[in-house]
Formats: sequence, structure tokens, C-alpha cells
Amino acid sequence: MSEADSYQEDAIHATDLRKTFSDIVAVDSISFTVRRGEIFGFLGPNGAGKTTTARMLTGVMQPDGGSAAIFGHDIVHAPVRAKQRCGVVPETANAYTDISAWQNLMLMGELYGVPKHYAEERAKTLLTALGLIERKDQKVQGFSKGMKQRLILAMALLHKPELLFLDEPTSGLDVQSTHLITGMLRELNRNGTTIFLTTHNMEEANRLCDRVAIIQKGRIVTIDSPERLKMAIERLHTIEVSFDPARSADDLITFPGIESARREGDKLVITTEDVDSAIHAITTFGREHNLKIEMLRTLSPTLDEAFLRLTGADSA
Amino acid sequence: MNPESIIEQAKRAFAITKKDIRIYYAKGPVVIFGLFMPLFLFLAFALGNRNLPMPFLLSGLLAMTVFFTATAVSPVIQPWEAQARTLERLIACPVTMKTLIAGDMFASFLFAVGIAIVPIMIGVLVGVVPLYPLLLAAGIILASFCFSALGLLLSTPATNVPSNIMMLSSLLKFPLIFISGVFIPVEQLPFAGQVLAICSPLTYFTDIARYCIMGTNSFPLSVNFAALAVFSIIFALLAIRLHARTVSRRI
Repeated sequence: MSEADSYQEDAIHATDLRKTFSDIVAVDSISFTVRRGEIFGFLGPNGAGKTTTARMLTGVMQPDGGSAAIFGHDIVHAPVRAKQRCGVVPETANAYTDISAWQNLMLMGELYGVPKHYAEERAKTLLTALGLIERKDQKVQGFSKGMKQRLILAMALLHKPELLFLDEPTSGLDVQSTHLITGMLRELNRNGTTIFLTTHNMEEANRLCDRVAIIQKGRIVTIDSPERLKMAIERLHTIEVSFDPARSADDLITFPGIESARREGDKLVITTEDVDSAIHAITTFGREHNLKIEMLRTLSPTLDEAFLRLTGADSA
Repeated sequence: MNPESIIEQAKRAFAITKKDIRIYYAKGPVVIFGLFMPLFLFLAFALGNRNLPMPFLLSGLLAMTVFFTATAVSPVIQPWEAQARTLERLIACPVTMKTLIAGDMFASFLFAVGIAIVPIMIGVLVGVVPLYPLLLAAGIILASFCFSALGLLLSTPATNVPSNIMMLSSLLKFPLIFISGVFIPVEQLPFAGQVLAICSPLTYFTDIARYCIMGTNSFPLSVNFAALAVFSIIFALLAIRLHARTVSRRI
């Protein structure tokens, strides 16, 4: 595929995107692509430039340098076409509080050029799925934070966007709202919606994202899948195994790929550079000696740890 | 569907208009303020000048009403929206800045035209019937458009505090009332006042209202309409350009 084709195919294609506020460089010439159909996490500590990047990509803010395209449409030069294909869930719930949930949704329908009958059908479906149908005619000012956030999601989805931007969508929400929102995001993604998720919730990113970018001080530190990021920060990985009957750690130490083995209670704790080879060796050993494997698990660093290591915050 | 087409953007501008009317205009205090402010100014002036003819007073009341109502809410919509974070939602929608401004302006325009009926009805009730009703209607429409554009222009400073814009707006609006022939005909103003009057769009609408209600005018009608049209275009273009420049600083 040529570079031009890739530009058209990518959901987001950002090149040297830059934004400054007075003397402060909020986003420092970042480049990345988000492929169609993936959930892309944008992680970073507070003030790293996540929201500014999202605002530039959604056309809310003009970049000072570089460019960004949404499905091939430049966000500065063809903003209407680019925005038409996106839905946006900003960090702060921003529905109109003086009108009802239904009126907010109908307003979105009109602003995105959705035919009225279709907008009404879609609004009913979304409000039902998000547990708001009973409150559809009530003014939003009486809604809880979770309800407002669910409404904002419904408003962003009314026109069936191909790309959904979410800025801290579950920040400060109750368990029910968080569960509803993350469940809906998974379903949307299964149905082909590309998702750009800005968050500092590592667990959320770990569970939802295909790839994550870590941004710090306006620069992208790394982009990879959550699993690879976690693996990349530790040279040695830990495997815990428990055999019945129990065996000595010395039985395993000579196997290829295993760096060390020790007994801790009823289990053996093994360190290795190559998880795959070590697990194969352990299972072969068990089979050859007629041992029952009661427990086998790999302990890898969490995304939290990877994040802290990559942003240098763990050494602070 | 081409979202960039003029028709599609016009439909979306109308959606913004409906939203503005529902949220900002269709409220008792706004309607009452739009009527009471000019009415009290009118009564204060009328009581102090009891020998002035009723058509003169009513044409002044009509000019003030259109001016005050068209500029009552439009300057503070964007600071309000920025404060409530709804401006970010609007900007993220597939609408241009022209569409956004047109939507806000049209709401203000409809409000001004609607409220203008009240002083005309008061006039009819006290026996002052416009001599040229169609010309007066055209004048009201053009003036409402012009003053709505002025209202939007007043909201361009990048602040999210509506009271800051209200203060700026009042600083401009009240002096304009006194130099635009509303209370004193332009010919009777001192030379400096007459120069200032020429710079005020309200002068031209007051003159149209006075001609249509009592048959006298200071400037030729064509000059009045042309001046209002020129002011309208300048205000609207400036509002679009300046809002595009300052909007990201509000977010």
C-alpha cells in the first residue's frame, strides 16, 4: 500500500502536530496513525498534552504546526467533512442542561444532518441501551454525572460515527455507568467503529485498547500494544508453577531459557527471558515425570508499571 | 449528502437558531428585559418632554426596542456557551464558524422582529398608525439583522465571563441611544453630535422609523437603507472573522 493510500485508509493520520500556549509547548511535533477499526489509547499524566491533541484532532483547536487527517480529510482545510465522520465525548459532560435529553439528541441529529425519523429511532435505541429512556423528557440539569456522561455518549453516537473520540469517558463515574460505557465501547468496536480513547486510567486502557501511545510533556514516548509495553520494560519475566507431587527447584534450573528457580511455599518461582520456551520446558518436564500441574501462571509488569517506567515517574 | 453545501449548512444554522431561542430567548426575564428597558427609557424621556408629539416618541421607542432586543442576548451567548462547555460541543460538530454565527444571529433577528411588534401595537392603540407599513417592515428587518450582527461582534473578546461582555455591550449601547436621534432629532444635535450620529447604525433606523410613522426624515431613505446594509455586512464579516480567531481561546 502506498503512503497516499495509507493516508486515506487510516482513521487518524497526525504528522508533526504542534500546539503552543504562550511560551509553553503543549504538544511538540507528534506523529502517529490510528488504523481503522482499532481502539487506540492515548495515555499520559495530567498536563501531558492529551486533551490538547484530542482537541486538535476534533477541530476544536487549530494546530500551530503540522497536520492531521481524519479518514483522509485534513482537519484544518476540510474540517466539516472530517468532523462529519467523528463523534466526540469531551472530558466534561457538556449537554445543554436547560433542555431535555431528547431535545439534546435531536439537536445533534440536526447538526449532523441526520434525517428526523432516523434520528428519533436512533435516539430511542441509544437511550434504551444506556438506561436513560425513562428520563428522556427531563431536563438534563437534574441528571447525575453518570447520566450526563451516558447522554453525551448517546449524543456522540447519534449519527453513527466511524470514529469516536473519548476524553476520560469514565473519569469519576459510578460502577454502573462505567460498566455501561465500557461495554458499549467494546460493542461499537466489534461493529467496526474506530475509537480514540484519551485516559490516564491504565486499567481501562489495558482492558480496551489494541494499541496505546504514551505522551509526556507534549512528546510521544512510545506506541505499542499494552502487552508488548508491559513486556518491554522487564528483561526477565516470572513464572509460578506448582506440581503434585512437589519437586525441587534444582530439577528445573538446567532447562534452556530458565535463568533461576527457587521454591516459595508450595510453588516454584522461575525467572526467564523467554516465557514461551520456559513454559514449554516446564510442561514437558511435568509430562515426562508424570507430574500434575496444579497451577501455572506468568507474572508480567502491569501497564501502570510500564507507564511509570516509560514516563520516568517511578524514579521521581 | 454533502455536509459542506450551503443548504446543509443553512439547515444546521437553523438548528442553532432553534436551540438559542429555546435556551436563551424563550424566557420571561429576557422578553421582559427586552421590552422594559426601552419602555422605561421612553417613559422617562416622554414625561420630561410632554410637549413632544406621540409619533416622534413612538418612533424613538420602536428604534430603541429593536436595538435593545437585537443586542440583548446575542453578545453573551458565546461566553455563556463557553462557560457551560457547550461551545466545545458545537465547534466539534460539522458546522463552519459562518454557520455558527448565522444561527446565533438569526435567533437574535427573530427575537428583535417579534418584539418590534409590541411598540407598533402600542402606537396603533393610541392612534398612531404607520404611514408606510411595508417600508417600516423592511426597515425593521434590515435593522434587526444589522443590530444582531453588532451583538455578535460585541461578543468576540475571548472571555468566558458573560458579565464582562455585558459591561462592554452596555458601554457601547447606551451612548449610541443618545447620539442616534432617538430623543433629539439629529439636526438639533451639536456639530460633534451630528458627526457621531453618522457613525451610528441606530441613527439610520431611527430615521426610517420616523419617516414611516410621522413622515419626516433627516437623511434620504436610500441613504438610510444603504447605510444599514453596509453596517450589516461589515459587522457580520467582522464577527465571523474575529470569532474564528478567538474561539479557541474560549475553550
